[in-house]
Amino acid sequence: MPTMSMIEAIRDAHDVMMARDDNVVVFGEDVGYFGGVFRCTRGLQQKYGRNRCFDTPINESGIVGTAIGMAAYGLRPCVEIQFADYMYPAYDQLVSEAARLRHRSANDFSAPITVRMPTGGGIFGAQTHSQSPEALFTHVCGLKTVVPSNPYDAKGLLISAIETDDPVIFLEPKRLYNGPFDGHHERPVVPWSKHPLSEVPEGYYTVPLGVASVRRPGAALTVLAYGTMVYVAEAAAAETGIDAEIIDLRTLLPLDTDTIVASVEKTRRCVIVHEATRTSGFGAELSATVQELCFYHLEAPIVRVTGWDTPYPHAQEWAYFPGPQRVGEAFRRVMEA
Amino acid sequence: MAATSHTGNGQFPDAGTPVQFTRDEELTAYREMLLIRRFEEKAGQLYGMGFIGGFCHLYIGQEAVVVGMQMAIKPGDQVITTYRDHGHMLATGMDAKGVMAELTGRSGGYSRGKGGSMHMFSKEKNFYGGHGIVGANVPLGAGLAFANKYRGNDNVCLTYFGDGAANQGQVYEAFNMAKLWHLPVIFIIENNRYAMGTAIERAAATTDFSRRGASFDIPGEQVDGMDVRAVRAAGERAVKRARAGEGPCILEMLTYRYRGHSMSDPAKYRTREEVERVREERDPIERVRRRMLEAGMIKEDELKKIDGEIRSIVNAAAEFAQNDPEPDASELWTDVLLPA
Ligand SMILES: Cc1ncc(C[n+]2csc(CCOP(=O)(O)OP(=O)(O)O)c2C)c(N)n1
Ligand SMILES: [Mg+2]
Repeated sequence: MPTMSMIEAIRDAHDVMMARDDNVVVFGEDVGYFGGVFRCTRGLQQKYGRNRCFDTPINESGIVGTAIGMAAYGLRPCVEIQFADYMYPAYDQLVSEAARLRHRSANDFSAPITVRMPTGGGIFGAQTHSQSPEALFTHVCGLKTVVPSNPYDAKGLLISAIETDDPVIFLEPKRLYNGPFDGHHERPVVPWSKHPLSEVPEGYYTVPLGVASVRRPGAALTVLAYGTMVYVAEAAAAETGIDAEIIDLRTLLPLDTDTIVASVEKTRRCVIVHEATRTSGFGAELSATVQELCFYHLEAPIVRVTGWDTPYPHAQEWAYFPGPQRVGEAFRRVMEA
Repeated sequence: MAATSHTGNGQFPDAGTPVQFTRDEELTAYREMLLIRRFEEKAGQLYGMGFIGGFCHLYIGQEAVVVGMQMAIKPGDQVITTYRDHGHMLATGMDAKGVMAELTGRSGGYSRGKGGSMHMFSKEKNFYGGHGIVGANVPLGAGLAFANKYRGNDNVCLTYFGDGAANQGQVYEAFNMAKLWHLPVIFIIENNRYAMGTAIERAAATTDFSRRGASFDIPGEQVDGMDVRAVRAAGERAVKRARAGEGPCILEMLTYRYRGHSMSDPAKYRTREEVERVREERDPIERVRRRMLEAGMIKEDELKKIDGEIRSIVNAAAEFAQNDPEPDASELWTDVLLPA
């Protein structure tokens, strides 16, 4: 089976869906001619023509707004916001239009759009190129939010997202584009080709939305993570020797509570890890959910490891980033409680 | 506005009758532009050596725009721009050391390492940033101009943005308010023909950006942004109008960036020849240099001396930026909100 990087897998998902469905159109800033700043749409314009893969001006609100209009009339736009940090001009369109069209038209219309955006830090991007805004989407009813962590999932989830009849926010952890990054920034980057999840089948397959994956079975505690933090948690488990069960949520909304509950009932301890800031972050939702559904099984308070409540820094990036050491300390704390 | 010229094709307009500079003015322009050029070259080197990380956008090629505009304003006038901001800061007189140290993320940087290349500010020099989000600074510029009017001073606000930014919706909200309220703001569109890898023709329905205010009745002018004299002349016309309460205007600066969009740029969207041609025929610094020599205003060895002075400023800045300590990690939590 061919191995692919996350970038190649995402590109391939576009390719598969554009070949299968004429209604799929792909656009965004530098997406057509150039193939995207991260190369996730490389070659699609050459293959499918400028009608189906094209550049837009720098106007995120216009990108998402026109996508919604196209989708309401039966197209399947899959658009790119160059960095998640640039989505704020489009936020009104996402919240007030995309997320609400189905409800307020009593199901006459909907907005089956996919909005892809690179998310997260670890690339010296500072405050305007490193944010993790997932909670701004999960808080809005009417949007689905997906965060893949590896090439296999990225392709299968993106195909599912494009086929979904509702708007999907597809957050791509940019630090994972070229390899599984575990937070050890001082070590050389490991390429995807060395990782089993870079084996990506050719052609069409799906990974369903709303289904988490147990990435490391374990008995001592449950880790709820997504994106880059899956690898950080793996490193923390290896380095502490604590037998963590690591769950890659993959989809934040709809959330796979069955998998979460089954694991926490088994391990009785739970650590939640994300890169985004802490207060009102998605970890708060996860913590509340575990508390509501697993309270009588818990033997220790739930612990969250997150980015600090500060803007993403330029200097001292690694003091902000919740790396394996901070996650490992949380494991120990939960085990000792 | 006294002179409007819509060439309409985005080509560098004919210089027409150039406004002559005195020897002092030529020398000021030369020095200031050369400082920016050498500073940016050094920043590029430090980036290559790994002292600067992340995003860094060089201004090389566009120096005449900020230097000419700076020569048209007076102390107290405000400047606000985008992320391609190093030249703007040096032109306002901000210290090269503080700028370079912000690039390397050190505690002696203008934002104490919190802002990076795209985010620096100086109250003293009336420089309001450095903004990484394309288009976001433009309404702020209108707001600064509003504050001038409210205070009853005669200051103007120079609001810079790119050809790519000119397609963001909020730019037009700012245009409308600026005209509606007769704000003393000068919108300076630095048309360097590209927004990252996208040529203006591929992103803009109309590429004569000087006319982008037409439906709001905001006058506009296309200016040879590679000729510092043309920039200053246009700047003076615009500033005079704005100070007199006649409201906003647009100056479209036809300019060019020689380097990539940022430090990682595959440069597949334009030819090497195109870059070379502009460099050879229109370089803003070389034009001043040649003019001064041809007019007998200056001798080669005097120019060499200036070069040497500038190099030592830039070297000192680089030295400082490499050796100044990083901010303490506790700085992550400062300046988010005031302590309760
Ligand atoms: C809202 C937003 N969208 C996209 C970007 C990414 N981006 C940074 S610079 C740039 C190109 C801007 O081009 P232009 O306005 O012409 O300025 P130039 O870089 O040529 O100085 C883009 C797309 C951003 N920073 N902010
Ligand atoms: Mg430009």
